[in-house]
Amino acid sequence: MGLKRRRAGREASTKAPLEAPPVSTGPAPLLTIDALGRKCPIPIIMLAERIGEVPVGQVIAVQADDVAARTDVPAWCRMKSQDFVWEETLPCGWSFHIRRTY
Amino acid sequence: MFTRVEQTLAEGSGHPCGTPVTVVVVAYFDAASTEPLHPAAREALLGALDAGWADPQRLYGSSRRARLQLDRARARIAAVLGARPDETSFTASGTQAVHLGVLGTLHARRRTGRHLVVSAVEHSSVLHAAGLHERDGGKVTTVGVDRAGRVDPEEFAAALRPDTALACLQSANHEVGTLQPVAEVAEVCRAARIPLLVDAAQSAGRAAIPGGWSLLTASAHKWGGPPGVGVLVIRKNTRWRSPLPEDERERRRVPGFENVPGAVAAAAALEAYQAEMDRDGPRLSALVDLIRERVPRLLDDVEVIGDPVHRLPHLVTFSCLYVEGEALLTELDRLGFEVSSGSSCTADTLRPSHVLEAMGVITHGNVRVSLPRGTRAADVDRFLAVLPGAVTRLRESAGVTS
Repeated sequence: MGLKRRRAGREASTKAPLEAPPVSTGPAPLLTIDALGRKCPIPIIMLAERIGEVPVGQVIAVQADDVAARTDVPAWCRMKSQDFVWEETLPCGWSFHIRRTY
Repeated sequence: MFTRVEQTLAEGSGHPCGTPVTVVVVAYFDAASTEPLHPAAREALLGALDAGWADPQRLYGSSRRARLQLDRARARIAAVLGARPDETSFTASGTQAVHLGVLGTLHARRRTGRHLVVSAVEHSSVLHAAGLHERDGGKVTTVGVDRAGRVDPEEFAAALRPDTALACLQSANHEVGTLQPVAEVAEVCRAARIPLLVDAAQSAGRAAIPGGWSLLTASAHKWGGPPGVGVLVIRKNTRWRSPLPEDERERRRVPGFENVPGAVAAAAALEAYQAEMDRDGPRLSALVDLIRERVPRLLDDVEVIGDPVHRLPHLVTFSCLYVEGEALLTELDRLGFEVSSGSSCTADTLRPSHVLEAMGVITHGNVRVSLPRGTRAADVDRFLAVLPGAVTRLRESAGVTS
């Protein structure tokens, strides 16, 4: 328990590797993938497989509750030159919005 | 010598000739966790177990001999670390050295303030001590890192405040090998009159440690010494007070009966190790360069992490997209390679490594290769030969097509 509290406290003061989630929500996603309950790398695999289903310039969202996804989705976007739009906080996880660039 | 050969003879065969034989040559590539015991340490340890068993605090002959051995070991380690013997104490581990260094400095400087500055990629021993300080009402500022895992000295300087009691920065990162700008940060801390604790666990014996620190911590098993020996150096004129109940051992700095044989072995190992690293370090560094260069060519969707130049000589980390870290470690172990990972599935907390998180790099499919002394080039070649197949098999089994 103490460990969890410490981590929460540290995160609050850590310079986030990704910028703080913008308030603006951006365009609604054309497709939302449900990866809730799945551990990384499954959400990333699902995202990579299905991003082709939205047209270039459109937004796809992936919902996940594995905390590793908060790092891995933006990092995947950087590696694959996709555009990470924003991270939406859900009651039980996050929804990551990505714009397909190619 | 760190290659183990496991032979499995077919069961029930009374005669090995003509029966199937499985030979797995095991290469240990996890020196960042611990370095195999150096032969010099083993010899010194065995000798000191017989000759240095007595209580070094008593007044009779056996005691004096033990104390002499302990103080000689202290002087030898201090010399390598660039410290004075009377500034140098032995602890029960590197972690204990960090805990005592952090909490003892905060304790002694309470009147200055209760603010602590740490980097986001410190070893868990630093972060756990910071967490305790926070729960105890203290304030902690965590300084982030860039994509290579390196602290920006200016950002670190900006985190210092008039009520800052202590700043902590590792010499090099334990997961990605990036060297930190210790000299620059030490300079800004000196100008602000704030003590700097440098956790040198990963670089002591392997790379020169920049000066300017007020406290230094290290761990003997990382340089081929025995387990159970840490080092805490507290510079003269650094205010420090034990956060633990009073105890007369190690100049009242570290409680408990001194591990004289361990200290003697740690000193022998450090001297031998450092001398060898002067020669072997560049060779290991070239092997790391080979891995850094080849892995992205051999595999799609892989990212080599950490600073390519300002890094430890023996350590390289990379992440393979779409692969579970634990599965990859298990597969590499089956193929005879003992490596480590910062992926969450390999941690008992089920959280990804705070280092990879802070760097903003892929946390799954992570592999840390850290080469012990004497690593054979042939074993690195063999690793590079089997890695692509291992990753491809795991990707295929996860249904990844591209």
